[in-house]
Amino acid sequence: MLEVKNLHVSIGDRKILDGLNLTVKNGEVAAIMGPNGTGKSTLSYVIAGRPDYEVAEGEILLDGVNLLDMDTTERANAGVFLAFQYPLEIPGVATMTFLKAALNAQARARGQKELQTPDFMKKVRDAAQKLGVKQDMLKRPLNVGFSGGEKKRMEILQMALLQPKLGILDETDSGLDIDALRVVAEGVNALRSKDRSFLVITHYQRLLDYIKPDTVHVMARGKIARSGGPELALELEKSGYAEFIGEAA
Amino acid sequence: MNLPATIRTRTEAETALIEAFDATEHLLRGACDLRAAAMAHFSAIGLPNRRVESWHYTDLRAMLREAAPIRAPDSFTLARAHELLQGPGGQTHAIRLLVLNGAYRPDLSDLADLPAGVAVTSLSDELVAGDPEVLTALVGEGQGGDDAVVALNAALMQDGIVVRVAPGAEIERPLALVNMMSGGAPHAAFVRSLVIVGAGARVRLTETTTACTPAATQANEAMVLKIGDRANVDYVTRVFAQGEGAIAVHSLLATVGADAHFNAFCFMPEVGLARRQIFARLNGRRSNVRFGGLSLLRGRQHADTTLVVEHVAPDCTSREFFRHILDHESTGVFQGKVVVRPNAQKTDGAMKSQAIMLGDDAVMNNKPELEIFADDVVCGHGATVGQLDDDQIFYLQARGLPREEAESLLLEAFANEALDLIADEKLRARFIDDTKAWLAQRGAK
Ligand SMILES: Nc1ncnc2c1ncn2[C@@H]1O[C@H](COP(=O)(O)OP(=O)(O)O)[C@@H](O)[C@H]1O
Ligand SMILES: [Mg+2]
Repeated sequence: MLEVKNLHVSIGDRKILDGLNLTVKNGEVAAIMGPNGTGKSTLSYVIAGRPDYEVAEGEILLDGVNLLDMDTTERANAGVFLAFQYPLEIPGVATMTFLKAALNAQARARGQKELQTPDFMKKVRDAAQKLGVKQDMLKRPLNVGFSGGEKKRMEILQMALLQPKLGILDETDSGLDIDALRVVAEGVNALRSKDRSFLVITHYQRLLDYIKPDTVHVMARGKIARSGGPELALELEKSGYAEFIGEAA
Repeated sequence: MNLPATIRTRTEAETALIEAFDATEHLLRGACDLRAAAMAHFSAIGLPNRRVESWHYTDLRAMLREAAPIRAPDSFTLARAHELLQGPGGQTHAIRLLVLNGAYRPDLSDLADLPAGVAVTSLSDELVAGDPEVLTALVGEGQGGDDAVVALNAALMQDGIVVRVAPGAEIERPLALVNMMSGGAPHAAFVRSLVIVGAGARVRLTETTTACTPAATQANEAMVLKIGDRANVDYVTRVFAQGEGAIAVHSLLATVGADAHFNAFCFMPEVGLARRQIFARLNGRRSNVRFGGLSLLRGRQHADTTLVVEHVAPDCTSREFFRHILDHESTGVFQGKVVVRPNAQKTDGAMKSQAIMLGDDAVMNNKPELEIFADDVVCGHGATVGQLDDDQIFYLQARGLPREEAESLLLEAFANEALDLIADEKLRARFIDDTKAWLAQRGAK
């Protein structure tokens, strides 16, 4: 379970999150929607532990443990996974090498055995096939020269391999055509389980046709402005965010 | 012209070097005139220092406090050399040709494995015989002639290896020239080798400096490489000045004929003070040359790569690609000069130097230069000095990699992109492992 309590975050002099509260229960898929520039990515980065953000107040608890006391690596090992809005290119590091390093690092941190290479290869190949990731992509340097859609699939592939407790998807739908969207959504749906939570950040309702959320939250001006069920997403589809932007003006 | 040099006082090291020449002249075999002229030049100009433009960032005059003596191997060293060559580090798929404390050692070389088309002799034997071909080839085309360290090498060259590759010969196994020094106490070696590659021949060369026991060794090595028309030469050097206070200067004097391919790489991990200088001249049309390098430095280590690539003939391509990783207070130097002579139309040249600084007090000095006297050429250069990318590190950490491991992965990738230039897969794999070990040591501190 994720609990964000009274979170205040700024970058430099600029306040971005202003007393944000949010709870996502185990097994729950929560959608966060909202206009561009309201701090959705900021929230996801702060949960994942990116430096440069100043957290003035608040707590982020994952199963009761405060993530803010941990560095990025420790949070990942505690089960936080962020599928980046803009996945980074890592020149010179083969995708396979990277995947193995990540899996082994997490296994080590949890006191589990590292996977043997053949088991690892099989696992990756199976996951890749399900997500329509071509084998030759796995040999290329991570994300280098990948299309926008390929990068997003690669993020979900990583999530499938790492089996996090909390999956945060930051605008995973952007840059995806409808077929890719369906494949990626299936990948996410396959991971839904009673002890895993998801935070699905999106600007459009479209993704939510494929990943059906349990709860929908609208974020505006650094806070959750409204919460509801799936019907809230449909309402926003019609009315847009004007109401919330208006509030800001 | 050398007025300032004559009025300044000599350093102790300069005096010692000049005296060493006078004292050992009778031991230095052959090429008396050449040696005497080189020594006269050295005594006039002295050791290179900040005021010499090409040595601006490596003040050897200040850094070489004492000139170590030349030393013959003793019984201990010989036994140790044998042991090292039998051990795993000495195992190589290459044909080994060994110089020990400045003297070519046929007894420690794989002469039985020499394939047809390769002839190996000792430099000092050749000098005594006075073969005019060798004597002429040995000074190249006067490249690096002004350089004090090259002059010192010419004056004091004890021995070296002369390799002749017959025209058209295709040599499968690499030839590994190893310059081994006893180590232990500080001592110096002056080695000059000559490799003449005949027209259309294909050969791979590697050259390594090593010490039986790490020590403040002083190695002055020169390689004269004559590459014939249509020849294909792959050449990898590993400058390795082990031990505190070790100094190595390696000079490559290369001439390249027409339609030839020349790929040279230099790996400099863990050096005390090392300088690699390249003087290359492209004399024939349509040749393709590539110079690459990787230096890994920590502590107060200092590595300098200085090169002059002269396009004399038209239609040639040259590429220079050098990378440095600099930790702590280490210093990297890259000075690259591409000269395009008036005749060298259609020259295609590109030079790149990239460095990652890990230590706050590390310094990288970049000085890329183009001197272009022809009008129809495409030449460019770029130099970057940067840190590891924080966003990339965050991304890797967000996948569970500890920070040190994330850094190592990125640094390894950076290094490997340089090592990729090495054609010989086994050698590349070995250098990749060396790089990993170097990075692991960084994490261990
Ligand atoms: N590194 C940064 N420095 C300064 N301002 C930033 C930085 N990153 C984001 N912002 C600002 O913070 C606000 C929220 O950004 P973001 O979290 O990316 O919003 P969203 O994901 O909802 O579009 C925006 O106004 C953006 O310009
Ligand atoms: Mg965003």
